[in-house]
Amino acid sequence: MPTLRITNGRVFDPSRKLRGDISDLCIKDGKIVESLPGDAPVLDAKNLIVFPGGVDIHSHIAGPKVNIGRALRPEDHRHDPVPRTKIRRSGTGGSVPSVFATGYRYAEMGYTTVMEAAVPPIGARHAHEELNDTPMFDKGIYTLMGSNEFVLKYIREKRPDKVRDFVSWLLRATRGYAIKLVNPGGVENWKYGQDVTGLDDLVNDFDVTPRQILTTMAWVNEELGLPHTIHLHCNNLGVPGNYSLTLETMKAFEKQRVHLTHMQFHCYGGKSWAGFSTKAAEIAEYINSHPNFTLDVGQIIFGDTTTMTADGPWQYRLHGLNHRKWYNADVELESSCGVVPYVFKENNYVNAMQWAIGLELFLLVRDPWRIYLTTDHPNGGSFIFYPHIIRMLMDREYRQDCLKKVHPRVLRDTALQHLDREYTLEEICIITRSGPARALGLRHKGHLGPGADADVAIYKEDSNREAMFEGPIYVLKGGELVLKDGEIVKHVFGRTLFVDTPEPAELLGEIRDDFEKYYTVQFDNYSLPVEALRSYQPVATRAKARTS
Amino acid sequence: MTEVFKNVTCPFCGVVCDDLQVKVENGVITEAKRGCVLGRYTFLKYDGDRATMRIDGKPATLDECIEAAVEILDESTFPLIYGLASTECDAQRKAVELADLIGSTIDTTSSVCHSPTLQAIQHMGDSTCTVGEIKNRSRLLIFWGCNPAESHPRHFSRYSVTPVGRFVPEGRKGRYVVNVDVRKTPSARAADLFIQVPPGKDYEVISTLRALVNGRPVDAAEVAGVKIEILRDLAERMKSVKFGSLFWGMGLTMSRGKHMNVMAMLQLARDLNQYTKFTASPMRGHGNVVGAATVLSYTTGYPFGINLGRGYPQYGPGEFTSVDVLARGEADAALIIAADAVGNFPAAAASHLKKIPTIAIDPKESMTTKTANIVIATAVSGIETGGTVYRMDGIPLPLTKIMDSDYPSDLDVLSRIIAGIRRRRGLTETETLHADAENHQRTSL
Repeated sequence: MPTLRITNGRVFDPSRKLRGDISDLCIKDGKIVESLPGDAPVLDAKNLIVFPGGVDIHSHIAGPKVNIGRALRPEDHRHDPVPRTKIRRSGTGGSVPSVFATGYRYAEMGYTTVMEAAVPPIGARHAHEELNDTPMFDKGIYTLMGSNEFVLKYIREKRPDKVRDFVSWLLRATRGYAIKLVNPGGVENWKYGQDVTGLDDLVNDFDVTPRQILTTMAWVNEELGLPHTIHLHCNNLGVPGNYSLTLETMKAFEKQRVHLTHMQFHCYGGKSWAGFSTKAAEIAEYINSHPNFTLDVGQIIFGDTTTMTADGPWQYRLHGLNHRKWYNADVELESSCGVVPYVFKENNYVNAMQWAIGLELFLLVRDPWRIYLTTDHPNGGSFIFYPHIIRMLMDREYRQDCLKKVHPRVLRDTALQHLDREYTLEEICIITRSGPARALGLRHKGHLGPGADADVAIYKEDSNREAMFEGPIYVLKGGELVLKDGEIVKHVFGRTLFVDTPEPAELLGEIRDDFEKYYTVQFDNYSLPVEALRSYQPVATRAKARTS
Repeated sequence: MTEVFKNVTCPFCGVVCDDLQVKVENGVITEAKRGCVLGRYTFLKYDGDRATMRIDGKPATLDECIEAAVEILDESTFPLIYGLASTECDAQRKAVELADLIGSTIDTTSSVCHSPTLQAIQHMGDSTCTVGEIKNRSRLLIFWGCNPAESHPRHFSRYSVTPVGRFVPEGRKGRYVVNVDVRKTPSARAADLFIQVPPGKDYEVISTLRALVNGRPVDAAEVAGVKIEILRDLAERMKSVKFGSLFWGMGLTMSRGKHMNVMAMLQLARDLNQYTKFTASPMRGHGNVVGAATVLSYTTGYPFGINLGRGYPQYGPGEFTSVDVLARGEADAALIIAADAVGNFPAAAASHLKKIPTIAIDPKESMTTKTANIVIATAVSGIETGGTVYRMDGIPLPLTKIMDSDYPSDLDVLSRIIAGIRRRRGLTETETLHADAENHQRTSL
């Protein structure tokens, strides 16, 4: 593996307090090292800004529902072709890009790690096959468990130990990276066309509550010592007045660490769409005073996009609002999936409020290490708009100009015009790299200290931060130069990251019994062997020693 | 010597049973336990009627065939790649890579089965589920324009009519089964109610059901020969069941009205979701045609009917679907893989195929191999190769390599054709940056 020394760059590495200091980076065998021999090849980064590669903690890029989003909407990508070159494969863009286009477009912003945020376990093979063909970055999947019928059954039996062992098995079977909970309990009720609306509602046929699911899974997560926390999509997404349930959800956890995803969709006041209001300040205040929570925003972007989530009941409601295509696919014993095209409009009051609420969250949550940049791609909008969001965060004047273009009542009904905060480059580095890497427990990502993966994004300073971040000068993936002057120069595939949880020998027989009764695939055909992954890297857990 | 393979996935139809037990005695498959009549035939007779390698009817070596195929495809200005149904997903991925390289049209057998279904779903979505949801919950099953008893034999016993489900513990007794078709087929015998609809009248009957479900007045004693009372009862049953399911087959997609018939079906299911839970699922799948749509969608953004001639994917049902491209005489070379185009296409399309240089990649002889200029005989996907297959509901399952083969796999052949074209075009190997080199790293963090 070649070596490389990046010299003269202004390096940002928040975990080592480097804030644009001129410093050399030494790269060997795909890793950052302390030093290199004097004759190592040099990449001159004079006057350039050196960041760790971007880390996206929540994006929908691969798997069954993403692919439905593609097949369902030819009109979404026919205007956005991605031609082949000698190096690149062809594809299509739009709100749900094809696999190759997804890889290139993330690389073109300097991102080198992306997590697929919601995969039904039985679709894990599908998601991994897509990720095998998604180039340019490292990746992983979060395994959906919030309405898994094994989990519900063991909670009803008051056997959290069985839940723990089942989760350990399921993460292993799916080569998953984290526990994903989507509208816990509500998705099970959706199987008969219903939902839950409170933490103590009963889940059909299993007589457990969302609260029990949440607290049990948070306990399981810590027992298994998973690198990431539980990754939680709260109940009542998108519904006016849902902020009170969001607060109640946070209060359900004592000191347990939890990641709350796309929080913009969970900060709404009012009793109906007519009374829709922002509660971003209340949510931000609670998060500011409770260090066990991290969040990503799920900022919305005006325009046409494709919403997709395991939250089936919400997607049906959304379809009831816009009457466009509605795709629903319930998944046996596990989950659901809904896909609905949606246009966020500047002149629509609720959409404009949602846009402002996302920005309020960014500006009101004080600790950048606990809030991360996402659009919940493609739900709030495509990931390709991250540079635009960065500009709004770093440039108050630009943000105010944007605010003037949206529904006029937003000026009055949100605090946005009074929020003067401007993110610094260091803070941007944190919310797009260092913070998400830390939340994911990826100790070799998000920084540029010795031992880190040599995933590096090098930008040219520009007062227009959107222009700066949408066109890195160089991107290195695993020490290899993959992008130069905006062009992909090398095609790499990256690795699949998954957690290395133990196989629970005792519970296997019991899982197999239920499995053979209720599933339609054989138990022995369900688990994904590592050989099905093109290239991979298991991540160790910090599991406590078991007494059993 | 006897070897027994358990939990074997059958590659034949969209039901994709994965519970077969296959016995191999002295190098011969002697048993395919639990397989249906089609599945048993697939395994027991897999080695029958094998294709032979040949060029213009004369025996040839694999190398000669590949070289000739490379020449044809490289010199073609409007190549067509068609088929992909009876092969596994890695070969399908390779076929897309080849199409991308030569700027080809690429299309699947959905052209002659469920592409109207895909178009209808593109118009309005679908309310569907995996088959396990039907097994565990559905108490009303309506099979429309399909004959699973003969086309998907184990659908009834594994997924829909007879299984004991988590929330249907009574099994068959807990379910009401309806079959609607233009004639009585063996599937009607499994049904509690058979409704006969005259050919071409499905749309009218579905629309009437919609009107009844939505409480609209219907001022007719019968519709398309079906008594209104029968439809009224059925509509009531649909609204009052806790979980119901619609299925349709080529009786809707390939009769007059095509995707409009399917849209009516999808609309009926959507309407019913205002009252209860209702799903609608196409009875898809000869072989891995669902896998082909899956692979095409994630690599190009479109499920079928794609042209890469401009260097990027364009979608065009009617424009880039195989039958149309051939019937208009546009394609000037064709690669048919894992499907029988000549045997299934209308005469105009099939006759053009006979006029242009055609490469057939197939384990078996077919109408297509009989007329193709180059025949490349390959291993039987799912018996002589591993890989992935997608079930009719989009669930991926692993295939098992049971038998060794003297034949190259579809994947091997496509990889060699790609390499040959690259060499001809002077593209160096270093530019083959999307080579499928495995690079496993076992370092733990």
